[in-house]
Amino acid sequence: MNRETLLKQGGIWAFIVVELIFFSVAGEYLSVSDKAFMDFDNMLLLLKQSAPIGIIALGMTIIMINGNIDLSVGATFALAAIVLLDSMTWPFMAAMGDWAIPLAWVFALLTGVILGAINGLIVWKTGVDAFIVTLGSMLGYRGLVFMYNGEQPTSHLNWTLVDFAEAQFLGLHTATWFLLGTAVILWLLMTKTVHGRNAYAIGNNREAAVNAGIRVGPHFLINFMIIGFLAALSAVVFYSESGSVNPNDGMLYELWAITAVVLGGTKLTGGYGSIVSTLGGVIAIQLLRKGLGHIGADTETVNLVIGLILIAVLFLDRQLNRKGKEELKI
Amino acid sequence: MAELSKQSIGSFLARQGILVAFVIFMVGFALANQRFIAIDNISGVIRSSAILGVMALGVTFVVIGGNLDLSVGSMMSFSTIVVLDLHDKLGPALAIPAMFGMTLALGAFIGFLVGYLKLNSLIVTLGMLSAIHGLTLTYSGGQNMDIADKAGTWFSVFGQGRVMGIPVPILIFALLAVVLSLVLSRTPFGRKVYAVGGNGQAATFSGIPRARVVFMTYLISAFCVATAGLLQASRSMGSQNTVGQGMELEVLAAVILGGASLLGGSGTIFKTVIGVLILGFIQNGLLLVGLEFYFQYVVTWVIIILAVWLDIAAKRGRIWSPIA
Repeated sequence: MNRETLLKQGGIWAFIVVELIFFSVAGEYLSVSDKAFMDFDNMLLLLKQSAPIGIIALGMTIIMINGNIDLSVGATFALAAIVLLDSMTWPFMAAMGDWAIPLAWVFALLTGVILGAINGLIVWKTGVDAFIVTLGSMLGYRGLVFMYNGEQPTSHLNWTLVDFAEAQFLGLHTATWFLLGTAVILWLLMTKTVHGRNAYAIGNNREAAVNAGIRVGPHFLINFMIIGFLAALSAVVFYSESGSVNPNDGMLYELWAITAVVLGGTKLTGGYGSIVSTLGGVIAIQLLRKGLGHIGADTETVNLVIGLILIAVLFLDRQLNRKGKEELKI
Repeated sequence: MAELSKQSIGSFLARQGILVAFVIFMVGFALANQRFIAIDNISGVIRSSAILGVMALGVTFVVIGGNLDLSVGSMMSFSTIVVLDLHDKLGPALAIPAMFGMTLALGAFIGFLVGYLKLNSLIVTLGMLSAIHGLTLTYSGGQNMDIADKAGTWFSVFGQGRVMGIPVPILIFALLAVVLSLVLSRTPFGRKVYAVGGNGQAATFSGIPRARVVFMTYLISAFCVATAGLLQASRSMGSQNTVGQGMELEVLAAVILGGASLLGGSGTIFKTVIGVLILGFIQNGLLLVGLEFYFQYVVTWVIIILAVWLDIAAKRGRIWSPIA
């Protein structure tokens, strides 16, 4: 690993350490609560809370490595959540008792995979840019969400499910396990399989990849199916506990996910990025949220700070890259 | 000869496809429901599309210049909240220019980042979407903003007034569309916007100040957003902090529907207006034929993808993508 890669991939973790130190020290003077910021339970909760956006952001990473983008994840998230909660009230499902739970999960995840596949197929077959395709389906899928139940929330609380979602195994919450599990599987997928290698190659230089005999379309399709699945998984993890979904839920999730991915150093142009760094980006954002709350700043300032940090990261990244290129020239 | 005429019909459809679709669409709805073409219905649709439309005019400049602007939604919330707040503090005559000044400052900041620092516009405006949202919430303390004395002010004229029977928002939208259309098609600056978006490098080599042109497109966009905020504030005389949330993507949808390429260098104000009207009339038409309100989103989705697909299919000369 050369210096530049270390700088890039280590950057986000250095940022997290800075955040931890800053909020711990500042919290000593500013915090209204007596609890230390780096309290163990607080950190566990932080991981749990970063799971819904985190799982989506991990999926967004592979989409962006592939050179695409997905703006419809928030709507997919909401639709999968509705299917999850509503399907448990269907008569034949209600008759099954707790066996309805895994089935409802399957329905929700299947919804995500299908919505993702629709995006992927359109990108593949029409050649329309993924930004436009998913911008359209963001509206379309959200329309389906509203058509399902109007502006009413869809609610169904299943206590077995709530117990499962609130459970802790080896100290970590269920949601955290899903986040970490997703990260490990995607990391393996992107670093150890042909699909991952090809996805990088396509994102890096599509034409060269085509010339090398890689079939671009199927890889697009698979990645969109994966992110659809993950958006649904995120919904499953979150709504198993909360039991009620509003038709507006998940709005702007795509933007939060992209923010986390970019903070992690993944390139919008494709071909470069890492799952582990995205995990760092997700944790950094959640730390910032919690930290600003801890030192008594208004929750509103979080948006301001994150937006500016995103721009600053972009600027720094550009400076670093430019420097690298100039060195190369000499 | 037959081949040629088939080709020219094809290329006409491809070039003016959006207009043809619009006409077919209007005729279809008019046949389905007479009320659709009633004057008051048409004027109602345009009036309610005016705010989205004004924003889309500005974004058209940005997109033709080869960039994106995802911050217009939260910027519009900002303008609306600021002008409502200042209205009670300074009075409308001062509040409006002050709000324009602040919105233009935001636009200038974005223009500086994208134009002069050459940062990726998608990420910059994504960051600004979040940052401006935070700014608005900090400004208002998260509270809704209302004008205290709604009856005792002329401020409502922009959103609710009529001149010679025509609603003022329509007049402002039309005026702005005409002026910006002339700027884009008849001035050296307009040509530079196309040049920068079409091929930035070539434009730089031919001496066009790319940075300044991009900077200007964001100023124009911010000006349009401020105008939209004024219309919104004046129409409702009170507002939530999230009034413009999500509009950035609807605006972009209208611009793309109008045929502007996201790669830059193509698009016109006239086509954007058509894009805006299509979105407005779809919503209205579907309601009038008795379909559910939210069904319009699904239809919009299909239409956007079909429109862009048709466009690129015509350019590459084949329906299906060459992606293996």
